Amino acid sequence: MFDWKWDFAFEILPRLLWATLNTLLAAGIGYGIALVVGLVFALAQRTGNRPLTIMVRECVEFIRSTPLVLQIFFVFYVGPQIGIVLSPWTAGMIAIGLHYASYLSEVYRGGLDNVPKGQWEACKALNLSPTDTYFRIIIPQALPPSIPGMGNYLVGIFKDTPMLSVIAVAELMHAAIAVGSEHYRYLEPYTLVGVIFLAISLPTAFGVRWFERWVRQSLGMGKQHEN
Amino acid sequence: MQHYLAFLSEYGPRFFEGAIVTAQQTVLAAVLAISIALIMGLMRLSDQFFVRWAATGYIEVFRGTSLLVQLFWIFFVLPLLGITLEKFTAGFIAVGMNLGAYGAEVVRGAILSVPRGQYEAALALNMSPTQRMVRIILPQAFLAMLPPWGNLLIELLKGTALVALISVTDLMFHAKQINGSTFLSAEAFGTALIIYYLMARLVISPAMRAMEDFMARKMGRT
Repeated sequence: MFDWKWDFAFEILPRLLWATLNTLLAAGIGYGIALVVGLVFALAQRTGNRPLTIMVRECVEFIRSTPLVLQIFFVFYVGPQIGIVLSPWTAGMIAIGLHYASYLSEVYRGGLDNVPKGQWEACKALNLSPTDTYFRIIIPQALPPSIPGMGNYLVGIFKDTPMLSVIAVAELMHAAIAVGSEHYRYLEPYTLVGVIFLAISLPTAFGVRWFERWVRQSLGMGKQHEN
Repeated sequence: MQHYLAFLSEYGPRFFEGAIVTAQQTVLAAVLAISIALIMGLMRLSDQFFVRWAATGYIEVFRGTSLLVQLFWIFFVLPLLGITLEKFTAGFIAVGMNLGAYGAEVVRGAILSVPRGQYEAALALNMSPTQRMVRIILPQAFLAMLPPWGNLLIELLKGTALVALISVTDLMFHAKQINGSTFLSAEAFGTALIIYYLMARLVISPAMRAMEDFMARKMGRT
């Protein structure tokens, strides 16, 4: 690092760390939306209603195979066109939440498909209510294999929040770009952004692996393949 | 509908131009990503502590930070360190290096999934380590890694949309420009979204499936 200035780096660090809180908030809200909407997407494909299944399936495929930045622009600019003005935060949360909902619905689907058919039949034979079937029998078994996927997307949504800077959501990347253009120095802000991202995403990824082991053990499922 | 057709006939050529640039970025980035993935994936399995850790470092850094940060770093910061890349080059290099890190884990997993007996058989037949890797292990690993690579290539295509932010004139860039000059946001961004979708579903997915069938047949596993 030939031109690295430590005093400048320390001067801008507090501002970047404040912006990091916004990044974490954005990732948190987005993930919350994704968890709920993803479950809706996944369950909608299990209703047995064929047209509904196909429609949801195609929507999920569409959202999954198109770029998130473009979706952010779409939500942000198309809203006003049809008379709904969305703030950058709202538009960003809708776009990123829906994008990850489509990913998570696939994770849920995989987890639910993983539960042996006999478990469903046993629930029916024991005359369990649908709520008991889901909450006491199916979900506890579907959850552990889903955790790695869910965890990956938690880290993933966090790493995708810089894209929100394109519609001026004041998160970390946006702050770094602002700092850079105010001082005409890009080395320190962009490098610090990278370091902050690493400092958060590596421990999170590690925590997810630990959490998965813990859930498996506390559900008495022992160790299984890791992937 | 009338209105949209008029929009398409006026701006269609620009979307097409953009799609060509996106396709170029995708292909170049894919070549880079596959090469990096193979090298890093093999390095991760090396006996040498240093080689293994170099690959792990690369993978963790590129997977632990965002593509957008890496792209901006390569485009805006590298020149300060004396390496100036043109925006087109910087674009596909950033996308390729990022996806290469994800691919490396796929390569590693696929190589580890080849049954142990295959190594032993190659050893028993007195093959050199290179022969064993190239003729026995890699072809089998290749078959196992094709499905995840299909997903990664779609991620890669989506990733190339970010190069518009350093003004590479790709599909996303043109959509933004058209939106700026016409204010027809739904049409501009919607059309671009549909083109990306078609590229993923009608080009990448079928190509990968054909490749899987071809490889499976070649290895006598149909």
